[in-house]
Amino acid sequence: MKNSKYRKNEEKIFIMLMQASCGIILLIMGLILLTILRKGIPAFSWEILTSVPKGGFYFGGEGGILNAIIGSIYLAMGATFIALIISLPTALFLNVHLRKYRKLQNAIRLFIDILWGIPSVVYGSFAFTIMIYFGLRASLIAGILTVAVFIAPIMIRSMDETLKTVPLILYEAATSLGSTKFEISYKVFFKQCIPGMVTAILLSFGRAIGDAASVLFTTGFTDNIPKSLTQPAATLPLSIFFQLTSPIPEVRERAYAAALILTIIILLISITGRGISLRYMNNQIK
Amino acid sequence: MIVTLSLVILTPIVMCICLSVKSSLLFESLPVGKIFFTSAWEPSKGNFGFLPFILSSIFITFLAVLIAGPVCLFSALYLTQYARVRLVRIMQPVIDILAGIPSVVYGVWGIIVIVPFVSNVVAPLFHIQTTGYTLIAGGIVLAVMITPFILNILIEILRTIPSELSEATLSLGATKWEVIKHVIVRKAKPGIVSAFGLGVSRAFGETIAVLMVAGNVAKIPGGLFDPVYPLPALIANNYGEMMSIPLYDSALMMAALILFVSILVFNFFSRISIYHLERNL
Amino acid sequence: MLHMTKEKIHIENLEVSIGKEHILKNINCTIPEKKITVILGPSGCGKTTLLKSMNRLTDLYSDVKINGKIELNGKNIYNGISDINDLRRKMGLLSQRPAPLPMNIFNNVAYGLKISGRRKKRYLRLRVEHYLKQANLWDEVKDRLYSPANSLSIGQQQRLCLARGLAVDPELILADEPTSSLDPISSQAIENRLMELKNHYTIIVVTHALRQARRIADYIIFLYLGEIIEQCEASEFFNNPKNEITKAYLRGSFN
Repeated sequence: MKNSKYRKNEEKIFIMLMQASCGIILLIMGLILLTILRKGIPAFSWEILTSVPKGGFYFGGEGGILNAIIGSIYLAMGATFIALIISLPTALFLNVHLRKYRKLQNAIRLFIDILWGIPSVVYGSFAFTIMIYFGLRASLIAGILTVAVFIAPIMIRSMDETLKTVPLILYEAATSLGSTKFEISYKVFFKQCIPGMVTAILLSFGRAIGDAASVLFTTGFTDNIPKSLTQPAATLPLSIFFQLTSPIPEVRERAYAAALILTIIILLISITGRGISLRYMNNQIK
Repeated sequence: MIVTLSLVILTPIVMCICLSVKSSLLFESLPVGKIFFTSAWEPSKGNFGFLPFILSSIFITFLAVLIAGPVCLFSALYLTQYARVRLVRIMQPVIDILAGIPSVVYGVWGIIVIVPFVSNVVAPLFHIQTTGYTLIAGGIVLAVMITPFILNILIEILRTIPSELSEATLSLGATKWEVIKHVIVRKAKPGIVSAFGLGVSRAFGETIAVLMVAGNVAKIPGGLFDPVYPLPALIANNYGEMMSIPLYDSALMMAALILFVSILVFNFFSRISIYHLERNL
Repeated sequence: MLHMTKEKIHIENLEVSIGKEHILKNINCTIPEKKITVILGPSGCGKTTLLKSMNRLTDLYSDVKINGKIELNGKNIYNGISDINDLRRKMGLLSQRPAPLPMNIFNNVAYGLKISGRRKKRYLRLRVEHYLKQANLWDEVKDRLYSPANSLSIGQQQRLCLARGLAVDPELILADEPTSSLDPISSQAIENRLMELKNHYTIIVVTHALRQARRIADYIIFLYLGEIIEQCEASEFFNNPKNEITKAYLRGSFN
């Protein structure tokens, strides 16, 4: 009886610990969002959202961070687009053509999983070295290419995860109708997985827009909105980073507002992705 | 399709070769022992001792995983074994959002909340005066950042443990906690270790947030309240000026190579172990 | 015949639903003591759910709703049970696929004893040997008691699970299609064990294999689409079925 009481108490203590852990995570999440909101909202203004830095901006002068917002969107869209061109065929190839070769399939998956973990600063510094070698200057296109290489493994693997769920029967049915592998890839697998694909793209877009270390050397920074791919471009994460390290309080305030804007963009992407996958799941059951 | 696939596979190999070639210049002019085991970092004099950066990276990573590990494990166990469906439905988006927040935002949060907290609350407890930009601040911020990442992997792994196993154990009169302690954790152990391993490599390569809160002083840290200067921060901080000093670029490439290789190794073993675990179930 | 044996479990008006699905409808039955009761029926008719509601493994799934009464030795297990672990301990479980614990062979059998506080080496050793012999596994494993349990063959694993279940000294053995993943020889070994064990334990076997039911059952509960169609002595069930559905099932019209 004593034994059983001891065991029950042990369980109670650990349940409390486990609940506390979940609580901490919820709390931290709340704390982060609250901090960003509380600091960001007072510093936010239309001017920040709609104008580029004017003279003396970095000493507390007038202006906004439109340059960084537009720059980030250009960069993330460009990088996502190029990553898509690389990832979609790769993911389809992996699931349609290599279907028979289980070992090779798993080896490639393993390889891409490992790539996923390489930090963006390594990609950034590698790209920078290449740029120096060819005598290129920091530009939007260089940033786009670097980020594309860095998000491609993420996109491939998340597309791969949805493609994996396509039932074998569908593949066999399509083959028996005489479709070529290419047709199967794009007509069957791709169409079947469009919602999952969109989620994968959104995930990668979020990654692209939020990363700072890979664009630090490759994209540069400018107060203007880039007009061509060869011009340097400002990005939101870097704009936050530079302003936050400023000794002038007004400039730091604006970093908070910029962080708020970036967080809202990320939240919107996350919610959209979730909505799509929920809807998708409903469709699947019916 | 084959072209894109080979592109994906070749890029990192080219990257590795490039980094090696570049950093080999450093080996030609400095002995290996001096590069890895001294702490003199004076680029203009040609001294490149990586020890403080390597140690900083190891310490901050270790601290982050030490903080995040138990919280993640306990939460993952609770969410997979005890929690009601409703809590899981709340937690899943929370984890996803935490995973999606960009590292610079974590940095902002670290500067606004954690750094003052360390400087005003924690350090005075030990009668230490500090700005707050320290190993411990970096460790906390990093721990928060890797939490959603580790948690997701842990949940995925724990869900693969067949329910028959816990049913069988419960039928022997075990409490649910005993099932977890004696059976589930034991069965999932390789997976749990791998999840932490992946967390380590994530923490090891994290750049901007750490750069913002860790203090960045090139000295071997002596305690939790000393500033640290991890490898990614070293690269990010000095890239602009490296061209003017000889060998500086090789040294930074060297830092990138160290990151690249150690993360590859960590990821490789973790992923292999997870694959094996999932296949054996 | 039935009224001469004591009843071990008594179920009244049991309703079980999982999510929106009504799995078991108005179940009323009794399980006689020290007999083999076979819960028979086609796949997906709720057999396993009925079995798992008896030791409240259904608690594990938060969307399961249970109404009604299940009495063990005259006490309702869904109301006023103080120790659910003790309740489960009274019912040894044998599942479809053997689920050896991630430990060595010895500890698999000793685990149930250890957690209930009995830790003396000599005692454990004697008990483990005893129950492995009861499960007819001792001779095959006595030289490698400390190798991991999953190094055994599937058939041996299932017998190990039986020994493990017996070691906590249960009153009942709940077996959920215990031979469905085994080869014919291992299946027979398990069936023979159950036949011998029924002198000491009340045994409930879930199966969809008619032949198995014929071989081992003393008493049959025939379940179809979540309802009990017929429950009676095995001989009566097979020789003189009353219900049309039962007759069709025995003819092999559906499975």
